[in-house]
Amino acid sequence: MTQDAATHSGTFAAGRALGLDHLKLGTWLFLASEVMFFGGLIAAFLHYKVNSPSPQAGLLSVPLVGANTFVLLTSSFTVVQGLAAIRRGKRGGLMAYLALTILLGAAFLAGQAYEFSSLYREGVTLQSSVFGSSFFTLTGFHGMHVFTGLVWASSTLLRAARGHYSAEDHGGVEVFGLYWHFVDIVWIVLFTIIYLV
Amino acid sequence: MSAEPVAAPTSNWRRYFGWNTDHKVIGVQYMVTTFLFFLLGGLLAVLIRTELARPGQDLVDGTQFNRLFTNHGSLMIFLWIIPVLAGFGNYLIPLMIGAKDMAFPRLNALSYWLIPPAGILMIVSFFVGAADTGWTAYVPLSISAPDGQTLWALSIVLLGVSSILGGINFIATVVTMRAEGLTFGRLPLFVWGMLATALLMVVATPVLSAGLVLVAMDRIAGTLFFSVGVGGDPILWQNLFWFYSHPAVYIMVLPAMGIVSEILPVFARKPIFGYKAIAASSMAIAILGMLVWAHHMFASGMDPRLRIPYMITSMIIAVPTGVKIFSWLGTIWDGKLRFTTPMLFALGFISMFLIGGITGIFLASIPVDLHVTDTYFVVAHLHFVLFGGSVSAVYAGLYYWFPKITGRMYDERLGKAHFWMNFIGTNLAYLPMFLVGLLGMPRRVADYAPEFTSLNFLASIGAFILAISTVPFLYNAIVSWATGPKAEANPWRARTLEWQTTSPPPAHNFPVPPHVTGGPYDYGEQAPSTSLAPAPAAGK
Repeated sequence: MTQDAATHSGTFAAGRALGLDHLKLGTWLFLASEVMFFGGLIAAFLHYKVNSPSPQAGLLSVPLVGANTFVLLTSSFTVVQGLAAIRRGKRGGLMAYLALTILLGAAFLAGQAYEFSSLYREGVTLQSSVFGSSFFTLTGFHGMHVFTGLVWASSTLLRAARGHYSAEDHGGVEVFGLYWHFVDIVWIVLFTIIYLV
Repeated sequence: MSAEPVAAPTSNWRRYFGWNTDHKVIGVQYMVTTFLFFLLGGLLAVLIRTELARPGQDLVDGTQFNRLFTNHGSLMIFLWIIPVLAGFGNYLIPLMIGAKDMAFPRLNALSYWLIPPAGILMIVSFFVGAADTGWTAYVPLSISAPDGQTLWALSIVLLGVSSILGGINFIATVVTMRAEGLTFGRLPLFVWGMLATALLMVVATPVLSAGLVLVAMDRIAGTLFFSVGVGGDPILWQNLFWFYSHPAVYIMVLPAMGIVSEILPVFARKPIFGYKAIAASSMAIAILGMLVWAHHMFASGMDPRLRIPYMITSMIIAVPTGVKIFSWLGTIWDGKLRFTTPMLFALGFISMFLIGGITGIFLASIPVDLHVTDTYFVVAHLHFVLFGGSVSAVYAGLYYWFPKITGRMYDERLGKAHFWMNFIGTNLAYLPMFLVGLLGMPRRVADYAPEFTSLNFLASIGAFILAISTVPFLYNAIVSWATGPKAEANPWRARTLEWQTTSPPPAHNFPVPPHVTGGPYDYGEQAPSTSLAPAPAAGK
């Protein structure tokens, strides 16, 4: 766990008592703030779901989005496989799995774009009801996070292609992985409260 | 990698005007930039108090008045107190924990460089119809407000991102960068205060960002979050806003309390009283502070069953706050007090924060709140906490660390003149507001009934004294920085790590990584070289 902690510190950083290196700790803290950001948007969505129910909620397609959810979950698996590959020193494996992750993430976004456009055709828009407002805002912000993840994955892939990362030094991959899993977990929560409950 | 060049700190002033990852440069950038916003916010306050000096509308009309107090509050909170205290954190935390810099130096520079554009956005908003909803931006008013409100929201989002990134950096730095031997039980109390603050920055700020996103969506994309007729709910904004903005009070005061906890033992020549209690109370205030936000909404039509729990949690905060006050009193009790300018400001902090804190308990009590909410009583309470409290502590800290930051001593006589003007001005400006508030004068109105005239006139005199009091401060700071007598490394004979290196510190703070063997406040116990209090802690 601490093998990639030594890269940054030199002689000054001595406080490793908690077994955390600062890059990973910083990422966890960033994700904590993201949880609170989504928490605010989710609170708004649930508040309106309970207090201003809309018939438009019935127009959501669970099978389509269920399939899309499966795609996104699979991409978490490929990130794990990529990290496992570089831990064994296999940069080629890492690159292949990162490419697969990007593909799956892009497929998820395409699915979301398809879902949004069909809803718009059926009259569910940002301005049609508080359901439409809160649905598109919440899922749209999640989609933007997926897109950010794709940019991040692409830059990680590019760095790997230039010969970065090894069995000893793969903190960058790990931190990207934390973010990507976070985006997935948020989606599981969103899928549950928007489509299933 | 190679030998780092040691910068010549006083001569190279240009580095303050560009991208720089040295936490000391960034700390100064924070402090100087935010002080400019403080002056701007103060100018707006002077305009407000000029209008209110006499009844009738003689300087500005109602809309202009609304814009004045909205941007006064927003500047003072988001562009002055919160970031100036973050500036102290930037400058001091790595020095106090014996590190060479923050955990993420480039992120640190980014946190700072988000502030000038945010400030510019807020200033530009003046020219497109400035926000006029109060700093609370209650909906639906803030949805129909002029274009400047959108820039205002964008500005606050940027400042929120800056604050979140700063908070992440503070926590990561304190947890992973402490010097050998510097355990959490030996951490200076300012660092404890910043740690609690950073926790709030990371956890509470994003919720305000989410709320501002909803407001911005309503304004820009035509969403219906706060459109009352079609199911939108204005109370939702109040919940999201106060979920951040109550903890924000602690973001504005916990570092200030930390500054006071550093200064008192140095100038009382005594160990701090109740080190563990003060450290723990900072964390307790941070955590409790996240559970009290709805006490701002007692009059907003909230579910009455929730009122009592929020009243109780709000009042419980008085306990850790009281622990601090009594610990500070225990610290100066029987001490050999030296009334330097920082000490005077620290004592001023205690006396005025106490008034602000106690009136906060009045306001937490539902029956009292329902009568005085939205009156000048609230304005007086807030200003005693944030001006009498936080700003006093900021001044205390600026004087106390001035020799460390600049390498030169400030002028003590000017400093004391500044203190007395500030202390008298604060009390004169805000004590009458309690009275007019209890008499029923509403806040945020440009005019008032004639019977409130004399108290308002006193408050305006106080505000003008406060405005003038910045003159000796600025003169002192600028002239002393340029030509003041050279400061030694440790002019106050303090024991925290920042004083164990040169003034100003070299590029990476310490020539060799320090090794810590004791607590930061062991005055009179193992430092025979310093002037000691005659009897250690006789009052216990």
